[in-house]
Amino acid sequence: MEPSISIRHLDLSFGAVDVLKDLNLDIGKGEFLVLLGSSGCGKSTLLNCVAGLLDVSDGQIFISGRNVTWEEPSKRGIGMVFQSYALYPQMTVEGNLTFGLKNAGMPRAEIAERVERAARILQIEPLLKRKPAALSGGQRQRVAIGRALVRDVDVFLFDEPLSNLDAKLRTDLRAEIKELHQTLGNTMIYVTHDQIEAMTLADRIAIMRGGLILQLDSPKEIYNRPANKYVAGFIGSPSMNFFEGVVDLGGAPVFSCEAGDFDLSGYEFGAAGPQGGPAWLGIRPEHIAHGPDAAACPVRMEATVRLVEPLGSDTLARVQVGERLLWIRLDGQSSIRPGDTLTIGWHAERANLFDSATENRI
Amino acid sequence: MAASRPNQLFRNKSAKIAAIPMIATALVVFLGGTIWTVAHSFTSSKLLPKWDLVGLTQYERLWGTRRWLISIENLMIYGVCMLVFCFVIGFVLAALMDQKIRFENTFRAIILYPYALSFIVTGLVWQWILNPEFGLQHVIRSLGGNRPPAECEGVGLSLSCWLSGIEFDPLYNPRIAIYGILIAALWQGTGLIMVLMLAGLRGIDQEIWRASRVDGIPAWKTYLFVVIPMMRPVFVTTLVLIGAAIVKVYDLIVAQTGGGPGNATEMPAKYVYDYMFGGQNLGQGFAASTMMLLAVLIVVIPWAFMEFGRKNRG
Ligand SMILES: Nc1ncnc2c1ncn2[C@@H]1O[C@H](COP(=O)(O)OP(=O)(O)O)[C@@H](O)[C@H]1O
Ligand SMILES: [Mg+2]
Repeated sequence: MEPSISIRHLDLSFGAVDVLKDLNLDIGKGEFLVLLGSSGCGKSTLLNCVAGLLDVSDGQIFISGRNVTWEEPSKRGIGMVFQSYALYPQMTVEGNLTFGLKNAGMPRAEIAERVERAARILQIEPLLKRKPAALSGGQRQRVAIGRALVRDVDVFLFDEPLSNLDAKLRTDLRAEIKELHQTLGNTMIYVTHDQIEAMTLADRIAIMRGGLILQLDSPKEIYNRPANKYVAGFIGSPSMNFFEGVVDLGGAPVFSCEAGDFDLSGYEFGAAGPQGGPAWLGIRPEHIAHGPDAAACPVRMEATVRLVEPLGSDTLARVQVGERLLWIRLDGQSSIRPGDTLTIGWHAERANLFDSATENRI
Repeated sequence: MAASRPNQLFRNKSAKIAAIPMIATALVVFLGGTIWTVAHSFTSSKLLPKWDLVGLTQYERLWGTRRWLISIENLMIYGVCMLVFCFVIGFVLAALMDQKIRFENTFRAIILYPYALSFIVTGLVWQWILNPEFGLQHVIRSLGGNRPPAECEGVGLSLSCWLSGIEFDPLYNPRIAIYGILIAALWQGTGLIMVLMLAGLRGIDQEIWRASRVDGIPAWKTYLFVVIPMMRPVFVTTLVLIGAAIVKVYDLIVAQTGGGPGNATEMPAKYVYDYMFGGQNLGQGFAASTMMLLAVLIVVIPWAFMEFGRKNRG
């Protein structure tokens, strides 16, 4: 796949604070890339560097094969959508969509054509004569997307576009953005701290922490084979359960911790091959079987239910194994109650092992 | 049904009771005082107020007095210039300050500092600066060597002669004295306007600026079409502040020129004060202050209708 955006050895610092350090990233043409990370990890900073709204300290940025490191944002062939919508409040929706085009001296007929197309795609035709103050949050964000759309560019940048909306609207507009991407086929970079948005929208997710990309992979791969303990704990809700212990490769591979010895036969070790020593074992709540299913698992234990959180579609339960508390996910119709005891277990191939020292996957 | 609804008058009772002294003061002092003054402007009160109606005599005398007419003319010139320059300079300074310059706090303090001085001090300082004997004119002439006019006769083009002959004495020239006052007032007043406008500019979402950069809009156009329209509330506030300062200008005149040379820098507020407490002619002072009130109302009432009437509809 020909890269649409290439970021090479990018450094960015605010004074003495290095926010991005030697960051490399290639984004394919038509790809939907999500930058995911907790607040303050440098996602917006990276996006603003791509947009040209921040001057990089070192490194290069290529868009569609062109070195744009020192070009003005408007010359880079990008459109951008912001968290606060950033509409021009004193102009009508139409004014918002056309301001940039008029300023660039585009012929009237073409402007009208582009506005018409954008309004049709985003279904904002009835709103064109209104001011932003007379729109709902979702409508405003649609107009903001329209402003990027009329620029007719190859690359769309989104900076937490749904974070100011309520939950219901967020879900709706999320689906619309995904549909928009399928219709237009543009390259899109999307910043969010919301893992659901990341998982649902992305072709690939880049998980960031402290200005570094920890893992860049498809949502499925990130979910199933997190590259390190941070990613493993960050993705998934409730978080992955962890046990601290030792991997023993003496006979059949075994993970031993205070809760017992867990069989590791079937675990898929990384490219470096099996590795013994102190480690973390992680298992997702939804990968812990219980009741009759647990009987078939090679790893089994008895647990006491401490807390039950019914969510309707499924039920979360916090159970105690020895001194450890684990989250498990049960069926929505489950009728377990605090105090019940229950057999739980899992298959080794569902587990994740991380080195204690480096926290990387083994 | 109606009986169960609590009487609107008694809702938030304690808050209303607490507000009574303030409301009473406002009514008695402002409204009462105003009515009393307007009423007495139709009397022949001299040293003491006296209920002796003489109709519009005081007003006829007022509008026949040259000093009053000059005061009005001065207020017009001063008011328009002050409004325009204070606004423009204040905004431009704020916009410059908003460019993330270094030492912003220092600059802001320096520019705001004059506002901390009283008008009396400002007036005296600028009286000295504009004094031809030892002020700005003296400094410039000294730069040219202070050559006497006789020495320069027939010399033709010479920098030192030109500098030595320069004249800059606004406070001593009746035709431009009012501009001498204006300079001092601007020096003192623009700092506050700048700070208010800067606060307004800072209140604008940074993402608006980013969006306009992505759209390729030049900064001046963003200011003109996006930022300035967004700053309407700040502009209204500054307008009210500048307007109030213009109408009540008094102490600056007293400190800087005392109304002179001649009547060249007289102002309505000073006219009122002089007649009420200096000229022992209360009736004339009341008439003048009533005229000032009228002028303010003519400006404020249509504005209030526009502002609040629109809000009700919107
Ligand atoms: N203008 C700035 N000056 C100094 N530090 C900044 C500036 N902007 C952002 N930072 C710092 O850079 C880091 C990354 O910020 P940002 O990219 O906005 O994070 P996020 O991932 O939440 O979008 C944060 O720690 C923030 O404090
Ligand atoms: Mg951010």
